[in-house]
Amino acid sequence: MADTLLDVRDLKIAATVYPPGEKPRDIEIVHGVSFTLQKGKVLGLIGESGAGKSTIGLSSMAYGRGGVRISGGQVMLNGRDILAGNEAGLRALRGKEVTYVAQSAAAAFNPAKRLMEQVIEATLKHGRASRAEAEARAVKLFRKLGLPEPEKFGERYPHQVSGGQLQRAMTAMALCPEPDLVVFDEPTTALDVTTQIDVLAAIKEAIHDTGVAALYITHDLAVVAQVADHIMVLRNGAMVEYGDTRQIIEAPHEDYTRALVSVRSIDHEEKRPTPAPLLKVENLNARYRGTAFDVLKNVSVELHPGQTLAVVGESGSGKSTLARAITGLLSPSAGRISFAGRTLSAEMEDRSRDDLRELQMIYQMADVAMNPRHTVGKIIGRPLEFYFGLKGAAKRRRVIELLDEIEMGEKFIDRYPAELSGGQKQRVCIARALAAKPKMIICDEVTSALDPLVADGILKLLLDLQRIEGVAYLFITHDLATVRAIADSIAVMYRGQVVRYGSKAEVLAPPFDDYTDLLLSSVPEMKLGWLEHVIAHRKMESAGA
Amino acid sequence: MTHPIVKLLTQRIALGLLLLLAASALIFAGTQILPGDVAQSILGQSATPEALANLRAELGLNEPALTRYLHWLGAALQGDLGTALTNGQDIATAMGQRLSNTLFLAACAAVIAVPTAILLGLIAVRYEGRWPDKLISGVTLSTVSVPEFLLGYIAMFLLAVKVTAFPSVATIYAGMSLLEKLQAVALPVLVLVLVVLGHMMRMTRAAILNVMQSAYIETAELKGLRPFVIIAKHALPNAIAPVVNVVMLNLAYLVVGVVVVEVVFIYPGMGQYLVDHVAKRDVPVVQACGLVFAAVYIGLNMLADVIAILANPRLRHPK
Repeated sequence: MADTLLDVRDLKIAATVYPPGEKPRDIEIVHGVSFTLQKGKVLGLIGESGAGKSTIGLSSMAYGRGGVRISGGQVMLNGRDILAGNEAGLRALRGKEVTYVAQSAAAAFNPAKRLMEQVIEATLKHGRASRAEAEARAVKLFRKLGLPEPEKFGERYPHQVSGGQLQRAMTAMALCPEPDLVVFDEPTTALDVTTQIDVLAAIKEAIHDTGVAALYITHDLAVVAQVADHIMVLRNGAMVEYGDTRQIIEAPHEDYTRALVSVRSIDHEEKRPTPAPLLKVENLNARYRGTAFDVLKNVSVELHPGQTLAVVGESGSGKSTLARAITGLLSPSAGRISFAGRTLSAEMEDRSRDDLRELQMIYQMADVAMNPRHTVGKIIGRPLEFYFGLKGAAKRRRVIELLDEIEMGEKFIDRYPAELSGGQKQRVCIARALAAKPKMIICDEVTSALDPLVADGILKLLLDLQRIEGVAYLFITHDLATVRAIADSIAVMYRGQVVRYGSKAEVLAPPFDDYTDLLLSSVPEMKLGWLEHVIAHRKMESAGA
Repeated sequence: MTHPIVKLLTQRIALGLLLLLAASALIFAGTQILPGDVAQSILGQSATPEALANLRAELGLNEPALTRYLHWLGAALQGDLGTALTNGQDIATAMGQRLSNTLFLAACAAVIAVPTAILLGLIAVRYEGRWPDKLISGVTLSTVSVPEFLLGYIAMFLLAVKVTAFPSVATIYAGMSLLEKLQAVALPVLVLVLVVLGHMMRMTRAAILNVMQSAYIETAELKGLRPFVIIAKHALPNAIAPVVNVVMLNLAYLVVGVVVVEVVFIYPGMGQYLVDHVAKRDVPVVQACGLVFAAVYIGLNMLADVIAILANPRLRHPK
């Protein structure tokens, strides 16, 4: 075909691994993937972590991260095989024909240089325009992408603008040399949901207006459905399914795709409040030491035995600070926390051993919450020893019971954390919290770092354990789909305050306050045209207001 | 509203001055706890008690230590470092010429060593793990490992005796032209450069390699920039703080630590001056030298911090 831009044939990618005590060896991580991309079209690459999405995306620039390299196949760009070229040839192509938008723009911009200098750098390097022309082009892109004060925006340093703005600036940087292809590598994943929708709309409009082709990499099918013409589903370095976006979303052929489409569809009937709440937080204020600013302002919530209170909000809304105050890691400046009928001391040192035992915590990053040099058995055994004095065979029996409860089983008892997958690590953390026989567990973004399907498994497990053990959860998350799946009551936090609080049915039913409305309408839905619909709706409302 | 960086810099400079004050107290206390006193060392072991008492009263040695310290410090602040016991010369005048000689030697060495070390560091990063890196690291490490007096004699043997390119004794005096001076100090400069080069080069290499792991380096690679451009334009500006720190440490060494090299080449600098007067137990001179060395050391490190603060865009351009 005449208008084929990128033609990838039987692409194989290998990485060198260094197992301890053994010789380094090569393993294949992408096993013969083929696809084509037409000029001006957008192909979505979707899959879980480890599926090879980014690696395949970067292969369009013949670039391998770390020890990764392309070991076979062809990558034809504009009709020539770029793998046949040398380093100088690749340098001439990178930043000119193909450009890249990274997941974390905050890390991908050089902190020591002004934004304008970085945005036009590739354009100048490849002689695509004079400095004055390039700057004019950049300002035009800043304006198109909805950046504030487009004429002056480039004078700022990366730390002077927000994460959402940086992500737009990175898109401007990628579009400035007028490339044929842009690789978007999870460009909105690190953003808050209310920011994501604006950036997504800006990216989509910029792609449309410039007519550039794009590879759009993400793990979120609902997001890619808004921007892609075609979607390729990847798993473990191989293609599972390829089709146009409508077919993948509405009529997927493969079971794996179907699972991705129907992710987050846990049915959960909310429970009625009981007469006596387990946890009662009253008029809580808190600030960090040495600051004069309240991070929590007059927060009051209740959690009933055996139920789940979801605390939802954007980064910086005070969710995690609330958890720190409840656990005693941060002593509040005003207010009262009562737990199981007792008033909890503000300082953790003053709390009784039972207070500590009955209130456990699970974190977002399971791998840093475990000692890498302890086995799973030792990790789960610690609280058994510490709180109940269990030893030897009795302890081992209980560890195995707990391993069975988290659906992993005895065979994991001697493994080290490094030998577990992300989901398994989080399960071990859950078992460790359960070992203390707590009345309540604080779950701080426990599924945020996990792939959707794995996260679903963790949520199901948490619900099962709640049914069996009667444990209550204070579930902190920014993800509204998770909230829908597990909550009995919900507290929406915004800038340190609870702006909406009640049972799940109440909170998720109209009429909404402005912030909750913004939050709910920003969650990507798994249907075509959702983005246009929401943006048009918002424009109409702001015009009417 | 004042820029927050002004506050930060003021704090840093005030801290430096405080540190210098503490150092002066330490120097003074150190020379006080030495056995014997100035009067004893002037008059010698055979002096009569009366003569000692008279001299002590004359020199003010009967005053409490704190009073004497404050007198000494007050005078030093006005540029009066006292008079040498051995020859009665004004220390400030005698030291002025010495200090400018030492600074001249240090400046010559620094002008060569600093850019060379940074450039070699950049080249080592560019060819990390390959032969240029290994060669640079190997050579600079071995020159650092050899004691400087030995380096001095080797340089003398090769470049002053075998090939009579440079004088083996670095004598300079007022009235020499700059070119003559440069020729005279060539060998000590060479030795000093070899001594400080390795340290600065290794730190530059390590600091830049650390930065090379950053995501923005990948961004630069994906723009198609040449490797050396990436290192110099994108990595180096973010490694300024650690590099400046080690550069300043080495500059301070060039002033404070040149004693051995000055003695080897019989160079009329601060080191020679200090060694001479330590041998003669001339306490006021030792104190004065100590104070000047402390001021140079603290001053250069303060300068390093100031540059590191100014090089940080987050501090220079707050939100």
